[in-house]
Amino acid sequence: MDDRLIQIIIDAFPQLLQAFFATTVPLTILSFILAGVISVVAAMILYANVPVLKTICRFYIWVIRGTPLLVQLYLVFFGLPSLDIYIDAFPAAVLVFGLNEGAYMAESMRAALESVPKGQLEAGYCVRLNYIQIMWHIVLPQAYRIAFPSLSNSLISMLKGTSLAASITVMDMFRQGQVINGRVYESLALYSEVAVIYLAFCTLLTWLQHLGEKKLSTYGGVR
Amino acid sequence: MSLLEVVDLRKSIDGTEILKGIDLSIIKGDVAAVLGPSGAGKTTLLKCLNYLEKADSGYMKFEGETFGMNRITREQIAFVRRKTAFVFQNYNLFLNKTVLANVTLGLTAGLKMKKDAAVKTAMEALDRVGMADRADSYPNQLSGGQQQRVAIARGLASDPEIIFFDEPTSALDPELIGEVLAVIKKLADEGRTMIVVTHEMDFAKNVSNRVIFMDEGRIIEEAVSEKFFANPKEQRSRDFINSIIAK
Repeated sequence: MDDRLIQIIIDAFPQLLQAFFATTVPLTILSFILAGVISVVAAMILYANVPVLKTICRFYIWVIRGTPLLVQLYLVFFGLPSLDIYIDAFPAAVLVFGLNEGAYMAESMRAALESVPKGQLEAGYCVRLNYIQIMWHIVLPQAYRIAFPSLSNSLISMLKGTSLAASITVMDMFRQGQVINGRVYESLALYSEVAVIYLAFCTLLTWLQHLGEKKLSTYGGVR
Repeated sequence: MSLLEVVDLRKSIDGTEILKGIDLSIIKGDVAAVLGPSGAGKTTLLKCLNYLEKADSGYMKFEGETFGMNRITREQIAFVRRKTAFVFQNYNLFLNKTVLANVTLGLTAGLKMKKDAAVKTAMEALDRVGMADRADSYPNQLSGGQQQRVAIARGLASDPEIIFFDEPTSALDPELIGEVLAVIKKLADEGRTMIVVTHEMDFAKNVSNRVIFMDEGRIIEEAVSEKFFANPKEQRSRDFINSIIAK
């Protein structure tokens, strides 16, 4: 590797990292929070079998899971202005990522809710809890533990997925890489560098996931 | 005067009639053992009494109030559940809560008791079943017998008028059955009103004062315990007792 290439990689590093922490991280966190809220609400509606709302949730999940994420981004950012709806690139990305991942997470959460034994609900009713109290104190905490691995997977895939936001002008780490590459024309080196940074943080998240799973595997720790 | 009276209770599940008109009367202090072969409708009967299952028709009188079994308001369900407790075959302790929290949750969230008072009440209840020293354990750290004793404490904590037991020892290893039955016997000696669905004949014979024998959705025979075992009136009761003894 010649000196020029090494210099390019070194110069790019702080800029990439800056874009990562200034844009990729907040984009991921905000989208994940939105997805989390959407998924819990949708999962509870499906679990409780609420008429009408249930149909709306089914429709939402069907549309989101049946269309590509990139197309959804384009629709919101480039398509909606035709209806006089203008959303800035960053909030548009949060909205789309949140809605998109929310649909997948809703299915994980619903399955987790349904895997909590029915006897837990019956026992709750017998000690005079109402439905909301049972969900809050008993079913949701147990479901959250069951869903934890798949929710972690969603977070990891979302971190990488935010790179698509570059296509709607969000200045994330990947877009920053593209911009630098526009000046120096070293695609292999720069995109490798971008990939390695993603890999490093995804590894960190995977490690945290394992740690969390271990902690959550049994109540009160291992016997 | 009876504490709980059930008249013509009927219940079908998926087109099969499980309960075909149950009439039942429980007096304060009664310990009624509900016996009968599998599929007789014993568990369904208990669940209908606590509205965990909704009956198709019939009504019940409880503490002087009359309730329809199929049409009932939320307030009425709350009234019945406030004065009853239910002990399940599979314990159904809240898996994400400690032993203490299992007992206090119904008191604080359900009965709106203050935290301190709830803890005090819960510890007393746990003490009575011999589980006070495991207050900080989680259910998965306990044996089946211990879990069931905690479940009894959870029911006991609200000082209910009647406790329903749905086969409380059926899921237990044989060596653990004794400790649970001992707790139930202690409650019987204290004069608690209880309806106990059970397969434990010794318990029915020695602890309960009445036997309710069910088969195919009907009450076949109701008698004082000693009489039922010594001299059952109905042929089906005799067959049942003989089949148990043969085992």
